Amino acid sequence: MSFNLQESYKKMNEGDVLLAYKGSITTELITNVLEVIESKLDDINTASAVKKKIYNVLVESLQNLFHHIDDIPDKIKDEFDARFGVLVVAKEKEMYRISTGNFVRTAKVKQLKEKIDKINSLSKEELKDMYKFVLNHQKLSAKGGGGLGLIDIAKKTGNKLEYIFHNYNDEFDFFNLNVFISESKN
Amino acid sequence: MEPIIIEGTPKTPSVRFDAKQGLVEIKGRSIPENSVEFYKPLVDWLEQYAGVPAERTVVNIHLEYFNTSSSKCILDVFKKLEAIHKAKNEVLVNWYYEEDDEDMLEAGEDYESIIRIPFKMIEVED
Repeated sequence: MSFNLQESYKKMNEGDVLLAYKGSITTELITNVLEVIESKLDDINTASAVKKKIYNVLVESLQNLFHHIDDIPDKIKDEFDARFGVLVVAKEKEMYRISTGNFVRTAKVKQLKEKIDKINSLSKEELKDMYKFVLNHQKLSAKGGGGLGLIDIAKKTGNKLEYIFHNYNDEFDFFNLNVFISESKN
Repeated sequence: MEPIIIEGTPKTPSVRFDAKQGLVEIKGRSIPENSVEFYKPLVDWLEQYAGVPAERTVVNIHLEYFNTSSSKCILDVFKKLEAIHKAKNEVLVNWYYEEDDEDMLEAGEDYESIIRIPFKMIEVED
């Protein structure tokens, strides 16, 4: 079955949605989303440590999107803005879920998959060591990315990163990442 | 040396670097998309300060949030301070974290394990 963005977006919107967005991921958008989510979190009856985690993880998720979005396929260029990405924050059962989606070049999929699988295979202590190693040894890219985003997300949430790559065409995949934050402290 | 005084914004922290007082202070939120732009002048200032440091430098880091892009820049700040400490000057880092914010405490401990300067972890009320 070929990839259908609308369906994928619908699936991301399951549960109790706090915020949903699809469109251009810009610095201004990130600022606005963070403002909105902060005031929404104010109204929610959840431990402040959990709220902080949600906010932190959302910052990393958005900035990951911002730094790693690949230009969108020509076919849908008219339909969507440049730097197209999807973001949904929802609550399902005892978990907050942050879902992001963006186009990535198919050539990069293998490497990204391996990175996430590696992160998912590590224990809490191993993740901490990996974080410290990358922090201390890797240089920042020109855009300010440090290769730490996913490691930090996994470390802070204590949950596995869930991902799906939907093949879009010969050149592009749509990368859907789901990050879970437990409501009760683990 | 001219001090650095920067007001905080929703994405960048307030900063006070004062050579005369031996004060290095970063407070608030540090979540810009590109942190290098923000931190480069601070690291440059410390580089200069390392030539004429106060006898005792007190470093107050009191962050509510910081992103991974900032975490590398903050490490660069600490590395400059480590050089000052290594040159036999007193340097003390006060790492503030809000109560229950285990992630922020852990972040301080991560730096403490990488950087050879005395750290003091200080819990503050939310």
